[in-house]
Amino acid sequence: MSLTAHGVSAGYRGQQVLHDVTITIEPGETVGLRGPSGSGKSTLVRVLALLHRPDAGHVTLDGTQIDDIRHRVPSSRRTQIGVLFQSPRAASDPRLTLTDIIAEPLRATRQPHEQRVAELADRVGLTADLLGRRPHAVSDGQLQRACLARALVHRPAYLLCDEATTMLDASTQAHVAAVITDEQHQREMGVLLVSHDTTLLTRWADRVASITQQ
Amino acid sequence: MNALLRVEDLSVRFRLRDAVVQAVTDLNLSVRRGELLAVVGESGCGKSVLAHALLGLLPANATTTGHAFLDDIDLVHCGEKKLAREVRGRRIGLVPQSPATALTPVRTGRTLLAETLREHGRDAALATAIAADAGLDDTDLDRYPFQLSGGMAQRLVTALALASDPPLLIADEPTTGLDRPLVDHTLDVLRRRCDNGDAVLLITHDLAAAERVADTVAVMYASRIVEHRPAASVFKTAAHPYTAALLDALPDRAFQAIPGHPPMLTALPAGCAYAPRCPRADQQCATPPTGPVACHHPLVTS
Repeated sequence: MSLTAHGVSAGYRGQQVLHDVTITIEPGETVGLRGPSGSGKSTLVRVLALLHRPDAGHVTLDGTQIDDIRHRVPSSRRTQIGVLFQSPRAASDPRLTLTDIIAEPLRATRQPHEQRVAELADRVGLTADLLGRRPHAVSDGQLQRACLARALVHRPAYLLCDEATTMLDASTQAHVAAVITDEQHQREMGVLLVSHDTTLLTRWADRVASITQQ
Repeated sequence: MNALLRVEDLSVRFRLRDAVVQAVTDLNLSVRRGELLAVVGESGCGKSVLAHALLGLLPANATTTGHAFLDDIDLVHCGEKKLAREVRGRRIGLVPQSPATALTPVRTGRTLLAETLREHGRDAALATAIAADAGLDDTDLDRYPFQLSGGMAQRLVTALALASDPPLLIADEPTTGLDRPLVDHTLDVLRRRCDNGDAVLLITHDLAAAERVADTVAVMYASRIVEHRPAASVFKTAAHPYTAALLDALPDRAFQAIPGHPPMLTALPAGCAYAPRCPRADQQCATPPTGPVACHHPLVTS
C-alpha cells in the first residue's frame, strides 16, 4: 500500500525537467520534498496526481500500476489522490461560489454533497458569509482553505500539497497543517509536502526528500 | 521626520450586492525615506487593499476616504489622470501579488523589461543587469510567462517594478514561491534600496521575511493596524496579544493556529476586533483601542 513514482522522467515538449526520480508515500506518513526553484517539484506532483504522463517510469497506486492519465483512469482510483496546488486562484473556477467549488468533486461523481460540504467548510474555517462568495471576493488564504476542503471531499488516501501553504499567513498555515494532520490521524492518509521552507518541513514532515536541479 | 508617504485616516469600503465590506479602517501610518515598513497580518485582513488604495487600483465598487500624501500629492483625491501619468510606476512602483496573472502572456520577459525601461527614459540594455539584480538569469528573460515557474515569474515582476527606480516601492508578497536563498536575495534587494535612501512598503504574511529586513512593522488585523512599532521590539516582545498569537503560529515556535476566526469584514464589532479570540479581553474592549499598540491590555507597556 503506497503511492509511488518509479524512476520517473518527465518534461514538457521535449524539455526534460525530471530525471529518473523515485519517491514513495506510505499511508499515514508525511513526506517532505524540497528542491530549488525550477527543479521539477511541481512536475513530480503532477505525475503523482495522474495529471501528467511521464516520459519514462510509472506510478503505482496501492500496488496497481497506473498507465493512463486524467479521465482515462477510473474515477475510483483518481479520487484516491487529492491535490492542493500552489495557487488557489489558478486552481478554482472563477464562476463558482466557494460552496460549489467544494461540492464540485462530489457532483462530478453524483454523490450527495450538502452535509459533507458544510462539515468540511467548518473544519477548514470558512464562515457562512464567505461560502456564498466567488473567488474574486475572497483572499488567497480563504480560497486555499476552500481548495483544501475540495481536496479532502472524497476522503483521498493520499494528499499532495504543492507549496500549498507558501502564500498563507502563519496562523492559516498552522491551521491548514492541523486540519491535514487531523485527517491523517483519523484515517491514515499519506501526505506529500512540497515546500521551500526548511523550518516548516522540519516541523511538519516525518522525513524529507530532496530533488536536485539537473 | 522626513515622511515620504503619510497615510491619514484611510478607510476603504467595498459595496457588495447585499453587504458592505470594511477592508481598511481609519488607518494611519507614515514611511520615511530610507525606511522599510513591513505590513503583516492574516490573509484577508486588508493588506493588499491598502496597497491598491494607494495606487488607485481598486475596483469601481470601492469607496476610499481619508488621505494618503506622497510628498505633496494626495493619492486618494488627485484623480486617475494624475495617478496614471505621474504616480504609478514612476513615483510608486508595485510588485504585484500573483505574478502569474500580472504578466502579459504574449511577450517575453526581455520585451516586457525593455519596454518598461524605454518608457521611463532608461537604457533598454539595462534589462540584463536589472534581471540579475532581481535574481533572474539572462537566458530566462527570453521565455514567455507561461514558460516560467512561479518563482521565476515572481522575480520577473520584481525586476519590472525595479526598472523605473521609484522612490517608493510597494512590494505585495514579493517572495511568494521563491526558495529560501532567493527569498533572502529579494529581501536584500529591497533592503539595499532603503539603504540608498528610497522607501519600501513590504506587504507580507512571511513573518521571517519581515524580521529579516524591516525597520518598522505594522501588524494588521481585521482592517485595522493593531501594532506599529520598530521591528526588533515587535519580534522580541510583542505588545498586542494578536501579534503574540501570530508569532506563536510560526513553525519554529508553537506552530499553533490562533483559535477562532477573524471577524467578518462585513460586520466588524464596534470595539476591539480581536476581543472574541483574545484571552485578555474584558468589558473595556467594547470600546475601540487606539495608539501604536491598539490594545487596552497590552503584554508590554513602553
